[in-house]
Amino acid sequence: MTAIALDDVHKAFGKTRALKGISGEIAAGRLTGLVGPDGAGKTTLIRMMAGLLKPDSGTLRVAGLDPVHQGMALAESVGYMPQRFGLYEDLSVQENLKLYAELRGLPRDDYDATFEKLLDFTRLGPFTKRLAGQLSGGMKQKLGLACALITSPEVLLLDEPGVGVDPVSRQDLWRMVQALTGEGMAVIWATAYLEEAERCEDVLLMSDGLLRFTGEPGELTRRLQGRCFRLKGPHEKRALLGEVLARDDVRDGTIEGDRIRVVMDEGVDGEALASLGDVESVAPRFEDAFIDLLGGGPGGHSPLADQMPDVPELKDPVSCHHLTRRFGEFVATDDVSFNVRQGEILGLLGPNGAGKSTTFKMLCGLLKPSSGEARVAGLDLRSAASDAKLKLGYMAQKFSLYGLLSVRQNLTFYAGVYGLRGGEKQNRINEMIDGLQLGPLLDNAPDELSLGFKQRLALACALMHRPPILFLDEPTSGVDPITRREFWTHINGLVGKGVTVLVTTHFMDEAEYCDRVALMHRGRVIALDTPDNLKARAGQGASMEQAFIHLIEEQDDA
Amino acid sequence: MNGSRLLAQIIKELLSLLRDPRARAILILPPLLQLMIFSFAATLEVRNATVAVFNEDIGQPAREFVADVTSASFVGHVIMVHNRQQQDELIEQGRALLTLHIPEDFSRHRLAGQPAPVQVILDGQQANAAQVALSYLQAIAMEQGNRTEPMVLRHAFNPNLIYQWYVVPSLSGILSMLIALAVTALSISRERELGTFDQLLVSPTTPLEIILAKCLPAVLMGFVMGSVMITAALLLFQVPFTGSLLWLAGALVLFIISVVGIGLMVSAVSETQQQAILGVFALAVPMVLMSGFATPVENMPDLLQWMAQAIPLTHFLVIVQGSFLKSIPADVVVSHLWPLALIALVTLSGATLVVRKRLH
Amino acid sequence: MRSRRLFALIKKESLQMIRDPSAILIAFVLPVVLLFLFAYAVSLDIRQLHLGVVLQTDSAKAQSLAAEFSGTSYFQVLPARHRDEVTPLLVSGELKGYVLIPPDFDHRLARGESLIQVVTDGTQPNTANFVAGYARGVLVDWLADRGLRSPIKLDARFWFNPEVETRKFLVPGAIAIIMTMIGTLLTALVVAREWERGTMEALLSTPVRIPEILLGKLLPYFGLGLIATLGSTLLAIHIFDVPLRGGWGTLLLVSACFLVPALGQGLVISALAKNQFIAAQAALFSGFLPAFLLSGFLFEIDAMPAPIRLLTHIVPARYFIESLHSVFLVGDVWPLLIKDILAMLAIGAVMFAIARAKTRKSLES
Repeated sequence: MTAIALDDVHKAFGKTRALKGISGEIAAGRLTGLVGPDGAGKTTLIRMMAGLLKPDSGTLRVAGLDPVHQGMALAESVGYMPQRFGLYEDLSVQENLKLYAELRGLPRDDYDATFEKLLDFTRLGPFTKRLAGQLSGGMKQKLGLACALITSPEVLLLDEPGVGVDPVSRQDLWRMVQALTGEGMAVIWATAYLEEAERCEDVLLMSDGLLRFTGEPGELTRRLQGRCFRLKGPHEKRALLGEVLARDDVRDGTIEGDRIRVVMDEGVDGEALASLGDVESVAPRFEDAFIDLLGGGPGGHSPLADQMPDVPELKDPVSCHHLTRRFGEFVATDDVSFNVRQGEILGLLGPNGAGKSTTFKMLCGLLKPSSGEARVAGLDLRSAASDAKLKLGYMAQKFSLYGLLSVRQNLTFYAGVYGLRGGEKQNRINEMIDGLQLGPLLDNAPDELSLGFKQRLALACALMHRPPILFLDEPTSGVDPITRREFWTHINGLVGKGVTVLVTTHFMDEAEYCDRVALMHRGRVIALDTPDNLKARAGQGASMEQAFIHLIEEQDDA
Repeated sequence: MNGSRLLAQIIKELLSLLRDPRARAILILPPLLQLMIFSFAATLEVRNATVAVFNEDIGQPAREFVADVTSASFVGHVIMVHNRQQQDELIEQGRALLTLHIPEDFSRHRLAGQPAPVQVILDGQQANAAQVALSYLQAIAMEQGNRTEPMVLRHAFNPNLIYQWYVVPSLSGILSMLIALAVTALSISRERELGTFDQLLVSPTTPLEIILAKCLPAVLMGFVMGSVMITAALLLFQVPFTGSLLWLAGALVLFIISVVGIGLMVSAVSETQQQAILGVFALAVPMVLMSGFATPVENMPDLLQWMAQAIPLTHFLVIVQGSFLKSIPADVVVSHLWPLALIALVTLSGATLVVRKRLH
Repeated sequence: MRSRRLFALIKKESLQMIRDPSAILIAFVLPVVLLFLFAYAVSLDIRQLHLGVVLQTDSAKAQSLAAEFSGTSYFQVLPARHRDEVTPLLVSGELKGYVLIPPDFDHRLARGESLIQVVTDGTQPNTANFVAGYARGVLVDWLADRGLRSPIKLDARFWFNPEVETRKFLVPGAIAIIMTMIGTLLTALVVAREWERGTMEALLSTPVRIPEILLGKLLPYFGLGLIATLGSTLLAIHIFDVPLRGGWGTLLLVSACFLVPALGQGLVISALAKNQFIAAQAALFSGFLPAFLLSGFLFEIDAMPAPIRLLTHIVPARYFIESLHSVFLVGDVWPLLIKDILAMLAIGAVMFAIARAKTRKSLES
């Protein structure tokens, strides 16, 4: 049965054409992924299905209704969870649920049973009295979902529900959604995250306002059969990746622990890579197919890193000893100790509220430890003068840029704040513009730019003073896989020059890029090892995500 | 302190203020519009008042008195009434500011050289206007039948009591204060909400540099707007200027710095932009009210008079009014400058300390 | 319209209101501060004006006139012998004026010439007027007591406010300012906040109708406004000694009628500005400042130039302040109140029509 039918739907905002003729069908009782890179038009389409935007031309029918003329009836049969939850942060969990129950006209007699079911379903039962603003990101998502589900709609629209959610909470979300499709509901899940897309029953793959593929994800993935390989070379993995990506017959390549995952061009055999190391054939993933469909991954060469000089040897780049931070009774970071070696990427991984951010902030001097110490370049940042801060580059979550300044002005500002002047300042700025291809949009405001461009600009600002140590806080949150690859190309290039990197992340494939991963849970580091060793602990052939969940559950059971 | 770091931040602050044409308009146009409207609206003069006259006397002296009253400059509209009830209703319904009741024996008393009583009922709801109108009436009554007035009146500095000579210079102070507050209140809280503040804190720049960089553009903005309004007072409203422009300019700078200090304090303490907006608002209203703009500071209870000394506007109003009309001597200016300097010092160091505390 | 959805929205809004410290600040703390300031700090009552009396002769008559100046509660007199002693004090603002009693005072008195000179500080015109008026009164009384002139004796009575205390008209006026803040500023901010936080998008996707959303916002703030009026009135009566001559019911009625345009204006602002900063600025410029300056609260509307007088007709606070003065100081003067109520409701209707037209159930801009 068809839940949603789209027929040549167009939509433009000013000069930007967000949707350029979308036609397709979405079936009831199935989980359909709406997949595509940033700016593909996913949110526009989903808002249209919710009746919040009108198409410029073309028609769509949702649950048999026309959203333009039957908006009121539509609202009864559609559940919608916007990207930003739509929760009232100063209302409690129970109050939020009750509000949406009243608004959606749930019969009063059904209240207790429905709430009980939803609270049980979301495992939010123990938190009914807590204010929504005090929930973790994952709990907010689940509550948002519960609010959209109050009256069992025919169609459930979820706009990027997986952003900012750790794997444990994400697993809960999947469980909930799969139970719903079993009841005949059509669930649309928009995402830029391809591991999520792969688990959907159908996908609509969008890019640049056009529909590029519809069908089961497996169908797309199968096209890549025999083109995916895993390569283990004698050389350093990052250098090897660079070599692989430089080849003409390679479509895409990423780091997976110690090895490189490679997608070859059509008709090229994996044996072509034999000269580089041991090659084994692997099953294709949806992400491989996605990148392939969109024209292949970006190259592996970072012009930015080329311009950087080698970092001189640095003793004890980043370390912390018995680092602890309390907020009242709550211990956010509990006796954490580790060292990062020069030229190493260390990832801080953990569920929402595990203490990653707190630890990270103490390391870069934004927060004072309750006890213990954190050192950067052998210096305590709290007491060390500006000189120590010159050794540190920092890229904040959400790419903190000055939205009121143009791209060029942002660059000039950061160059100035790090004390550069005269010709040197101009050279560095030009270096960044060339190295990160910022040229064409220098006079635009950052707010007008795509997420990927903002991310490059934020990186440029953080690197202006050529710091030997780089702190990245969730650097690719919400960013699509192609942009993420570009970003890591630059980071890999920098690490090759001897830069030390500390990164926090939710993304498991990002964890694969790290040399070592510190897994945090409830304020403590519960595991610190290479990605391969961590995966091995969860069993043969486990993915990073499985390893993550395994280690957390192991800890909880103990 | 590092010059290029500071310069970079100052440029950043200026650009964030002025790069966007709409933001520029929101910042610059309303104060100028307000200066124009409020210069005319904010007046405690009495003009166009409605006066009711209940004259029971037909004699010549009564008619002369009524004629003098109705032609007085503060009267705009005269209602002749013929009984007491009508007269009372006009006051009760707020339709007349005052009524004049001339009894039938008025002319007889006047001609006999005896004191002649006239009853005046004033609307106490409009206490100020009623009192002013009464004093005008008294002047008219005193002149009746006299060739020479027993009292020679001279208003020093402003002979015709032109209200705008008082309001326009004062408004230049009030409005430039509001601009400086609005600019600074958001400066730290916005960066904190957007996350760029963390980015600043991990850079080698110091809290003092951050505060100075946020201070200078706001001071510049406040000073330019204040100067524009003072120029408007001089050229457009033709308010005479008798003091020293140099002293006034210096006082304006110091005044704006002290206001900026207050704004930055609020901004540094606030967690969100909304808190900063409401915080500044909750401070600005009492500051204007207690500054002596609406009513003289001496009229307030001692405790409030003492508090008023901590308000920059109180001191600046004395200086700006004095500079325009009173050729205020330098020593009086200085006696109001050091409190400004003290306020600036306290608030700016306070803001720096709050930022530093965030860092550690 | 479904009452059930409406009640749910009202309950939500009320809970948010109670839990938001900035709403409490604006609705309860700031009103107390404002009332206090208007009762004690902003006083147009001129008492104890500093006046110099320059006595240039020792004649008994001149001294008795000087004594008359010292005797009145309007002035606090600084005696002097020479003009040079007082002029610098006039410049520094320590004196608001001075009286010059000339050496040939007796001579002038005998010949019926002008007797004294009064010089005021014209930089503050209002105060200058008071100095002139009071000085004139002292002189007239002194002359009449001696039978030297037979003046017209103005027997002045200030109705509704016999002691002519400005507090009695400023405090009721301040209630209008407070209600403007709650009605316009808070409402504009809370709607803008729903847009900023993304909750509006979720709300719009439910079966809720636009009038329900608007009413759900309004009714709680309507209630808050009335509660603030009640609180302010209790303070005004019991702490600041302002009489309430009309009925409580009338007071609540005019307050309720004023909240209609005030809330409507808040909604219009928030429908046009979906960001808190712009909403706050707009509420200040279009709500708070006109209520303060163009409403007849401090400054006489009659004395303003014609174009500005015209402008005051669309300021709802103008009508509210007039009604409040009447209810507090005069009583229930229905002809006046009905006129004001109709004006406020008319402005309110226009505001709501604009708000309704500008709020759409979609994200289209």
